[in-house]
Amino acid sequence: MAKKTEILVIGTNEQIRETVLRLLNTNPTWQATGVGTNEEAVAKCKETIYEVLLIGAGLTDELETQLTAKIKAIQPSIQIIPHYGGGSGLLFAEIYLALGTNNEA
Amino acid sequence: MAQTVLHTAASRGGADHGWLKSYHTFSFSSYFNPERIQFGALRVLNDDSVDGGMGFGEHPHDNMEIISLPLDGALQHKDSMGNIATIEPGEIQAMSAGTGIYHTEYNKDKSKPVKFLQIWVFPNKRNVDPRYDQKKIDAPGQPNQLVQILSPNQDDAGIWIHQDAWFNLGKLDENTAVEYSIHKKGNGAYIFVLEGKVTVNGQELDRRDGYGIWDTENFIIQANTNTEFLIMDVPMEF
Repeated sequence: MAKKTEILVIGTNEQIRETVLRLLNTNPTWQATGVGTNEEAVAKCKETIYEVLLIGAGLTDELETQLTAKIKAIQPSIQIIPHYGGGSGLLFAEIYLALGTNNEA
Repeated sequence: MAQTVLHTAASRGGADHGWLKSYHTFSFSSYFNPERIQFGALRVLNDDSVDGGMGFGEHPHDNMEIISLPLDGALQHKDSMGNIATIEPGEIQAMSAGTGIYHTEYNKDKSKPVKFLQIWVFPNKRNVDPRYDQKKIDAPGQPNQLVQILSPNQDDAGIWIHQDAWFNLGKLDENTAVEYSIHKKGNGAYIFVLEGKVTVNGQELDRRDGYGIWDTENFIIQANTNTEFLIMDVPMEF
């Protein structure tokens, strides 16, 4: 079985984060995991190689900047992108563009 | 020299969910076209029709300026901030999703579809406090004039959003024309034809065609028939 594309999602609103994860995981080639804080994100990136970090709503500009620096230091090749919209509308296009492909199942 | 992009009505993405029929000018949901992602800060232009009594159940949004413009019928909105409202043609609704908001949207009328544009504009700041607003659209001062329906300014005509964007509605009689001046250096304008036929910058446009123009300060819209159109003036870089 082919390795799934690992996607890490950070956002402080648990309900929106769960919605985003549910939508991402409808794609059988993706494996999305969610966290609510920078510390959790850093810990996850020390355990697993992610292709994409999707930054959802709720972090301050300062926290987003700090998170980007910390994650890039651990995983230099990760694609870090802000998420907009909070639901299905833009989500898939954001991931396809980050991966440079349309790997829709 | 002005740069332009043409999106004909027939080239749009489509989705038919039975109760919802939608045409997507730009990539949205399961429609993905890497050449159709956005026009500057304008990210979504959906031309939706929702069957009578049907609608979108509760769903979240964040970090997006979401504008609804009813074309026919009545759209009922309820959100997690306690807003309950119905919007009809002649009104405009804007929602700044910011840190997060949940809402439902239903066709209030069980007997006929509601048709509306849903437009998403990237905000100029992430994680703003969520807000909801709706307003009646002013009638033009004179025939064949544009009417501003959206701006970045709370004290300006129309509704306001968190972006340096200005929207105008035009309703022109056949063989009339208006000149449009782009509001801000670095902005471009996206013209979406609601009804009739127009010519912009030498390009003929039919119903539901979209045409983006930038790297210019102004342009003329010529009505080839009686026509209605929407001009969305948005930052090209943001």
